[in-house]
Amino acid sequence: MTLSRRLGAAVAPRRLLVLAAIPLAVLLAGRGADAQDRPRYGGELVYVVPTEPASYDGHREGTFALIHPLAPVYSTLLRFDPTDRTGTHVIGDLAESWTIAKDGRTYTFKIRRGVKFHDGSDLTSKDVKASYDKIVNPPADVISFRKGQYTAIEAIEAPDPTTIVLRLKWPAASLITALASPFNWIYKADILAKDMHWYETHVMGSGAFIFVEHVKGAYWAGKKNPNYWDKGKPYLDGYRALVVKDGSAEVAAVRGERAHVQFRGFTPAERDSIVQALGPKVTVQESPWDCVLLVGMNHERKPWGDRRARRALTLALDRYQGSQALSKIAIVKSVGGVQLPGTPYATPPAELEKLAGYSPDIAKSRAEARRLLKEAGVPEGFSFSLKNRNVPMPYEAVAIWLVDQWRQVGLQARHDFIESQKWQADLREGNYEVAVDTQCSYAVDPDLDLYKFQSMDISGNNYGRYVDRTLDDLYQKQSRALDYEERKKWVREFERRLLDEEAHYAYTLQWHRIIPHSVRLRGWTITPSHFVNNQLDGVWLSE
Amino acid sequence: MAIGRPVDVAAEIPEATRRRRWLAAVGEFCRQRPLGAIGAIVVVVNIVVGVSANVIAPYDPLATDYGAMLARPSAAHWLGTDAFGRDVLSRIIYGSRTAMLVGFACALLGATIGAVIGVASAYFAGKVDLLVQRVMDIFLAFPLIILALAVVSILGTGIVNVIVAIAIPMIPRAALVSRSSALAIREMPYVDAARAAGFRHRRIILRHMLPNVMAPYLIMLTAYLGQAILAEASLTFLGLGVSEPTPAWGLMLRGAAVQFAESAPWMAVFPGLAISLAVFAFNLFGDSLRDALDPRLRAQ
Repeated sequence: MTLSRRLGAAVAPRRLLVLAAIPLAVLLAGRGADAQDRPRYGGELVYVVPTEPASYDGHREGTFALIHPLAPVYSTLLRFDPTDRTGTHVIGDLAESWTIAKDGRTYTFKIRRGVKFHDGSDLTSKDVKASYDKIVNPPADVISFRKGQYTAIEAIEAPDPTTIVLRLKWPAASLITALASPFNWIYKADILAKDMHWYETHVMGSGAFIFVEHVKGAYWAGKKNPNYWDKGKPYLDGYRALVVKDGSAEVAAVRGERAHVQFRGFTPAERDSIVQALGPKVTVQESPWDCVLLVGMNHERKPWGDRRARRALTLALDRYQGSQALSKIAIVKSVGGVQLPGTPYATPPAELEKLAGYSPDIAKSRAEARRLLKEAGVPEGFSFSLKNRNVPMPYEAVAIWLVDQWRQVGLQARHDFIESQKWQADLREGNYEVAVDTQCSYAVDPDLDLYKFQSMDISGNNYGRYVDRTLDDLYQKQSRALDYEERKKWVREFERRLLDEEAHYAYTLQWHRIIPHSVRLRGWTITPSHFVNNQLDGVWLSE
Repeated sequence: MAIGRPVDVAAEIPEATRRRRWLAAVGEFCRQRPLGAIGAIVVVVNIVVGVSANVIAPYDPLATDYGAMLARPSAAHWLGTDAFGRDVLSRIIYGSRTAMLVGFACALLGATIGAVIGVASAYFAGKVDLLVQRVMDIFLAFPLIILALAVVSILGTGIVNVIVAIAIPMIPRAALVSRSSALAIREMPYVDAARAAGFRHRRIILRHMLPNVMAPYLIMLTAYLGQAILAEASLTFLGLGVSEPTPAWGLMLRGAAVQFAESAPWMAVFPGLAISLAVFAFNLFGDSLRDALDPRLRAQ
């Protein structure tokens, strides 16, 4: 008797075949998914970079335009865990392990053996020391963009080829985070000894990929490093970073599948357009972005030297409604204080509401704003200039919102949408009344995020032009507090003084990062910083 | 024989007669050049809309309504709303004010300065004429928008700077046209007479020659109006003109209008139509005016 007969007439042979096929398909699908999750070797990752850097030197530059095409070529001492969505968990890159002395003033790093530069020479602690000497104590004619983040370092020593010792002037709570900076590429000591500027025009690292070429205005290319220290990596044969400066063309490149991804971010409308066009061929990763637009008020210009006028500007902003509305059309979303919402030192929403301009009762806040303006002698209809950078997204959208919010307390802001370099120069020289300013970090960390707001004689990019020793003192206290609770307390006090008591600056809305990318791109995780997670050693392309 | 005081002939014509003559001329223009008349009507409507924007616009052009973002055209918002919930119709109406302001200011400035330079160049002739014309040739080598871009990148953005930036490239064009008309006028006996009477150069140029290049001047003025509106919209579209949230047609075509071109096409379509209509109307009117004022074309 055949099986079909035993099952009876109700189950036809064809149906039986289908029934048998289901578990087989599930099994195969399972195996397929498994294969998709397992790294696959080969292929070239193609991505879009919207702009180009002024030089090739990571220590000198501060732009993603350098990080995105060249981070795969270099190694750093420490790095952020590429699988960590918060972008805060630090792991070793060249450092195999490290120890911190009990007093928090001596850090000892063990450097991996067998790491080679792309020219075949060995990478040792001598190279790490030379690179960090250049970053921390650069010669007079060498620019080090982030040297202010390492002021606690007193000495850098390399007692043997696999050991680096950092001695500190005082305990620094953020040092490990600062050492994981994606810009702190390790250069070859012998080259630096001959020419400190060599890396501004040349590329030679020890990373997962070897630099092939950069055709200005067209593309960057890199190929797999067969001698990479992390055996089995990288998975890709190479990468190509296409320079596409026009926003619509960037979207078209991803939408037309000429590029797998653009690592900086797209707007909600661009995301929707790509998803609509590619359907299941695209996946979207989103994350809060550790970037924010600030309202800078020039304390040397009337009436912004008066804290009542400054408080009025922040009190007029309905951040919650702004968040709901602007997140549909721009790359801004969360309402936050000085730390990205949801991160360890961020102020919880209930506590945030106590700060000026964060109350959900906007009518009450605006009434208070009007009262303060009147008290400060600012007349109804007072007109002032709002200087802004002529970058449409999100600068223009946020400025339109700001102008509208201030109208509602009787202030008339004239929006001056000026070229980026002029905007930067005007902010530096104090040639403005009120301006849209910005703060962006490579990691969510109080030192990195608060450094800017110290007095103008300490912070080179405090464009508010104020001196506030209480704020400086609070910065130092949080920076040196090794205990989490203690540090949190000082960060909150700093925030209260900066945004509420003195209202030196007003925060608008936190940026929101949206990365739609080809489903073929695997092993890449979004983080709150577009500077992080671009070494590509763990990235692969699925079938 | 005693010479009597000169008689002001115009003063002797009664006001009513003068008005009748003017109306007859307008009627004649409308009959002979209907397209030009349509252009003139659109121009007048544009001016009226611009002047009375605060009366006829249904909404405040700057007022945001986050509950009505990207709303389709409806009874509440005839031409829909933009990404900030601002009424597109109201912004177009107020945008007309910006367009007319920039258009008239640029055309007046460019055509007037150009006419003065052109007439002066023709009057002085010789080396002065040669030098002025070579300088004008240099400016003429650049297309209007390129020169305007260069000027605005030096001066910066804002309405005043945009007016200056667009007016500057118009000057050599106006100078060239005025000079060619003035060359013939320079040979007229009354210019010689003025010179013989010992009048100063400035008086001869401004009082005796300039009024006689009024016909090409008016034609240039109307032709430049359309060009100026288009140039202002182009500069603003490129981010070099007026800034948000000022209602301006070129501004309405950029930013969110590009982002939402597929899902909210009304944001770009209606301001685009407004620009096209205004430029087309000014060009129609300008062409008809040229035909009406040119004796050769009039004879045809």
